[in-house]
This record gives sequence, C-alpha cells and structure tokens, in this order.
Amino acid sequence: MSIDVKAGLKSQTVREALRDAMAEEMRRDPDVFLMGEEVAQYQGAYKVSQGLLDEFGPKRVMDTPITEHGFAGLGVGAAFAGLKPIIEFMTFNFAMQAIDQIINSAAKTRYMSGGQIGCPIVFRGPNGAASRVAAQHSQNYAAWYAHIPGLKVVAPYSAADAKGLLKAAIRDPNPVVFLENEILYGKTFDVPEGDDWIVPLGKSAVVREGSDVTLVAYSIAVGQCLEAADALAADGVSAEVIDLRTLRPLDLEPVIASVQKTNRLLVVEEGWPTCGISAEVSARVTEQAFDYLDAPVLRVANADVPTPYAANLEKLWLISPEKIITAAKAALYRD
Amino acid sequence: MAKLATKKISPRYRPLSQIATATYDASAEELKTYYRQMLLMRRFEEKAGQMYGMGLIGGFCHLYIGQEAVVTGIQAALRPGDKVITGYRDHAHMLACGIDPRAVMAELTGRAGGISKGKGGSMHMFSVEHGFYGGHGIVGAQVSLGTGIAFAEKYRETGGVTVAYFGDGAANQGQVYESFNMAELWKLPVIYVIENNQYAMGTSVNRASAEGELYRRGESFRIPGRQVDGMNVLAVKAAADEAVAWSRGGNGPILLEMKTYRYRGHSMSDPAKYRSKEEVQKMRAEHDPLDQAKKRLLDAGILDEESLKTIDREVKEIVADAADFATASPEPEPSELWTDVYA
Ligand SMILES: Cc1ncc(C[n+]2csc(CCOP(=O)(O)OP(=O)(O)O)c2C)c(N)n1
Ligand SMILES: [Mg+2]
Repeated sequence: MSIDVKAGLKSQTVREALRDAMAEEMRRDPDVFLMGEEVAQYQGAYKVSQGLLDEFGPKRVMDTPITEHGFAGLGVGAAFAGLKPIIEFMTFNFAMQAIDQIINSAAKTRYMSGGQIGCPIVFRGPNGAASRVAAQHSQNYAAWYAHIPGLKVVAPYSAADAKGLLKAAIRDPNPVVFLENEILYGKTFDVPEGDDWIVPLGKSAVVREGSDVTLVAYSIAVGQCLEAADALAADGVSAEVIDLRTLRPLDLEPVIASVQKTNRLLVVEEGWPTCGISAEVSARVTEQAFDYLDAPVLRVANADVPTPYAANLEKLWLISPEKIITAAKAALYRD
Repeated sequence: MAKLATKKISPRYRPLSQIATATYDASAEELKTYYRQMLLMRRFEEKAGQMYGMGLIGGFCHLYIGQEAVVTGIQAALRPGDKVITGYRDHAHMLACGIDPRAVMAELTGRAGGISKGKGGSMHMFSVEHGFYGGHGIVGAQVSLGTGIAFAEKYRETGGVTVAYFGDGAANQGQVYESFNMAELWKLPVIYVIENNQYAMGTSVNRASAEGELYRRGESFRIPGRQVDGMNVLAVKAAADEAVAWSRGGNGPILLEMKTYRYRGHSMSDPAKYRSKEEVQKMRAEHDPLDQAKKRLLDAGILDEESLKTIDREVKEIVADAADFATASPEPEPSELWTDVYA
C-alpha cells in the first residue's frame, strides 16, 4: 500500500494510531473530550485510550457509568451546544442501547432545525466479529448506520487510515460513526510521522492494483482480500483490491473505474449479506456500470445466522481468504 | 422507624423532596408581564387549533392550553444565556423564550418562513439564538440532551443553567434516570421540570407510575425535588427561583414537578375519552392560570377591565399577524429538500 508522505514512517499498531489521533486532536482543540465506559482510569477496555487521562485529566477524559443511552444523549446535547465529544462505546454491540440518540437526535437535528444546530460528535469503538464471543458480542453494524442520512460512517483497515480518518472525523462538523475492529487493534502498519496526517472522509482507495477481478471491502475484510489476492496471484489471477474506508458517503468512483478495467466485481463484507454494505455496492455498480460487467456482481459475506460460539461453527460463519478465492474464481468462471 | 432510618443512612442525606408552598411576591409590572405572556400562549394555541381544523397545519399538533403558568414562571427565573429544551408540546416554550410568533406559526404550516424553514414542523423547532434547543419528538430524549447541554455549560464554565422539560409520561423513560445519575454524579447545572399534566396520551399517571409523586423520582440519585402548583404562575416562579439558585450555585441538578393540566386532547386527533368533561371543567373553573392572574391584577387594582381588554386586543393582533404570515409565507423551495443534511 502506498502512502505518499514527506515525513518518515513509523511502525504502529492500529490501537496506538487511534490513541495518537485522539491525543493530537485534543491538544489542538480544547472542546474535544473523550467519554465512555472505562476510558479513563482503566485506560480503555481495549486500551485504546492509554495515557490520555494522564495527559488531559479527568475533565476531558471521563469515565461514565454503564449507561449507553444516557451518555450518548448527553454527548449529543453537548455537541448541540458546541463541544466536540468523542463517545467511546466499549463495543458497538452496546450502542444499540443508544441508537435512538444517534439516529433521531445526532443525525437529524441539523435538518429538522433548518441548519441551525450542528452535531460535531464522533461515536467510536470496536465493531464486527470478535473472537469466540458469540451472538450478542459479535456483530457488524456498518449497514445500520450507513442507512441514515445525516450520519457519516467510517470503517478503516490500516493503522495509517485509522489515524488519519479519526482525526478527520473529530474535525468534521457532522456526526461520525467510527467503526473500529477489535481483531485489528494489535495489527502493525506503517504510519506517517507527525501530527498533520489527515485522511479525508468519503474517499475510497485502491490498495492493490490488478487487472482481472476487483475485490471491494472495508475494515478487516480488506486484509482478507489482500491475502486472497496474494494467493490468486500465485494462481495467475491479478486481483485489484479497493478499501472503501468511508461507508457513508460511499465513494464508488475508484470501484467503477476498476470494474471498467476488470469487468468483474466481488464485494466482501465481514457482516451479514442481507441489506448489507455489499448489497448496496452491488446495486450501485449494477446501476452505474452494468455494461462493463462480464459476470454478475458476487458477494462474500458471513452466513446469515446469529454468530455461533463453537470454534468450527464460527469459522464456517465467517468470511475467509479461501471463500474469497473461490468466489473470485467463480466471477472469472474458473475453478 | 424514621429514627432508625436516619441513624443508618449516610450523613450526606438530607430531606430531598418537599411540597413547595412559597409564592413569588411579584411586582405589578411582573404580574402584568406574566399575564400577557400566558394570554399570548393561549391565544396562539387557540389559533393553531383553528388552523389545524382548516387543514393549514398537518401531522401532529400538541397544544399547551392550561399549562401556560409553568413555562411562564420558569422562564421568568432565567437569565439571558440560559438554555431550554423540551419535547414536542413546544409552541409556548418558544414564545416564552422570546421567539417571533410568526416564525413559530409558519413552521406549523410548513412554510419557508418557519423557524426550521418548514422542515421540522410543530414537534421539531429550535432557536440557538434564543437558547432554545428544541422541540424533540422522542419522548424522554430531551432529558439526556438537556443534561448534555448543561454538561457543556459546566465544561465551559459559563455559569449558565439548562432547563429540561418533560412530561409525566416521559418520566418513566429509562434514559431520564441515566441522566439523573450522571447529572448528580457530575453536579451538572440542569433543572429538570416535569410537567405533570396528569396524562400521557390516554394513560393517567396512576395507571403508569408506581410512584406517582413524581417530585420524588430523583431521590435515589440524591436529587432534591419540589412539587409545585403549576397552575399558579407565582408558585412556579418561586420554585424556579430556588431551583435556579441551587443549580447556578454549583449544587447540581434539581427536580421540579409541576402539577398542571392540559385542557385539550393530547394532540389534535385525540377525542379525550379517557377523562370526563366534568374533570376538565372543574380544572378550568377552579385553577385556570390566566383567571388566577387576572383576578390578582384586578384585586390589587393593577389593571381594570378596560386595560385588560387592551391587552387582549394587542395579543390578538400579534396572533392574527402570525397566522397571516404563516398562511402567506410560501412553501419551501423544492431545492430545500436536499439542504441541511450535512454541514
Ligand atoms: C419514545 C416514544 N414513545 C412513544 C411516543 C408516542 N407518544 C408521543 S407523546 C406520548 C405521551 C407522552 O406523555 P407525557 O410525557 O405525559 O407528555 P404530555 O404529552 O402530557 O405533554 C406518547 C406515548 C413517542 N413520541 N416517543
Ligand atoms: Mg403528560
């Protein structure tokens, strides 16, 4: 993956990159604060807010009671009044308690007020399948939020994107749902040095060039697509991989351009297929680039059942590089 | 038993909940202002009801008639910069904040001249300029939001307080208690005002609330509560003064239960079969906030029948002008469909 930077690169985990993004933005703007369960003294349930309490103190890094609906609403009210809250959900599974405030209050108030009231807030936390935690703690909410006009939705894969997009999200005057991934927290990537690394919202990126088939994904599925692309290359198939990065607004320009080149599209999503992001991409590409397609748009997504606990069933449920490879070959009518 | 209890519980405990008995000693000028405000609200709502009947206003429209003393007394205790938030029964709250009646009425008719450019409607109106943060259609949502606005006031050390109004029905929403807990924990300058008009749509308080004395609802969070005669603007003002002093003084939240009554149905489409005509009639005859204020003005010799008529005429003119504006203002441009979604 190419990062065009003048400054040097450093090797960082996604977890560290997210922490640095918050710290840099909090240094820059006194109206930014972090609030959530275990974010302060415990340093984050997944240690994403490591060190922030020490640097910024309890006024700006606040532990909340276990009260998602309440603190999400409180955060939205504070944002109406001009502050820039970062609301951490321990995981997005628990944000269902708060989803009314995210949708009905955060997303819609600018419209309902004829543009008078903004809501510069970030809701962030891990989203998607974690390992072996079963149905209630393992679910991808991307499609839920991406459905809502007024929200922006971001789901990065790499640490560089995680950092640059989170900084952009904090500076954005709109409510942003920022979907992280627990399994990616510990993964290491190159990240540009310095505190001016911003990745604009609403731009997808080609992360691997190829000519035979286009693989589109976001979040953890990007890594699996890259793995699959390596394996496909060994098999003589050149796969292009595109990371959507932002799910609303969805930037399909690079996808359309890629389909014009490869004529085959596979959309990969670590989440349920029904009414998912992959369904949306498939629909839009079919509308906008039908004439370029030499095969139906295919999807690889999790099985359409609640997340199972048993190791073998969970594996069957999840997407994998193998499933992506099989589907890519199907798109190429090869076996 | 009471003795035992005082022994066992922490010394921080104080008698938190009380029935308020004080009334505010208003000057002649203040009394006149309150009366005029309440009259404006009443006539405005009557007009809105008529316009609804004529098909000029659509959707849901919740009238405030009967409850005018609450918002009038509370607002009188606030100072510029303080913030207000409420639910969907919000027209009078906006008038109390000093928002132009034209802009409110034109929002009800869904016109470009409305305060939300016609895109919010009766339930979703805002004016940041006047410290009015809505206008929210989800029962109870304004309580967390208002707590957040108060959080921002404290964060920025403005010295401002936020009033969050909600109904007796809303008082049973979970997020209300989540907010109470955080507000007291962090000593946020928020005044919770329960407008207990005895009904949530068709459900009376006693059919929905295990503890129907709603002023006690903050007790387990150590939030002091007061039960107030919400039909008497001077009782409301006295309680509001105490509450504002408490919250502005850095003591955190306080809860005011306003015992009040709505004369009309829940919304325009409610035939109000769940209560008797006699019940409504009795409230009107014995407790009407405007009648009470009027009587005071006459008894004290502040105004005579003639000057009351003058006020009535002036208020009617304001309302008629608002109605004319709201009827003449054009519908929003079709292009407005796509604006104000994102900054
Ligand atoms: C979360 C939610 N549930 C239900 C409704 C429908 N609803 C609107 S108003 C109302 C009654 C609320 O009564 P109360 O809080 O006493 O306020 P009042 O209407 O008396 O002012 C209900 C059930 C809603 N708008 N939001
Ligand atoms: Mg009620």
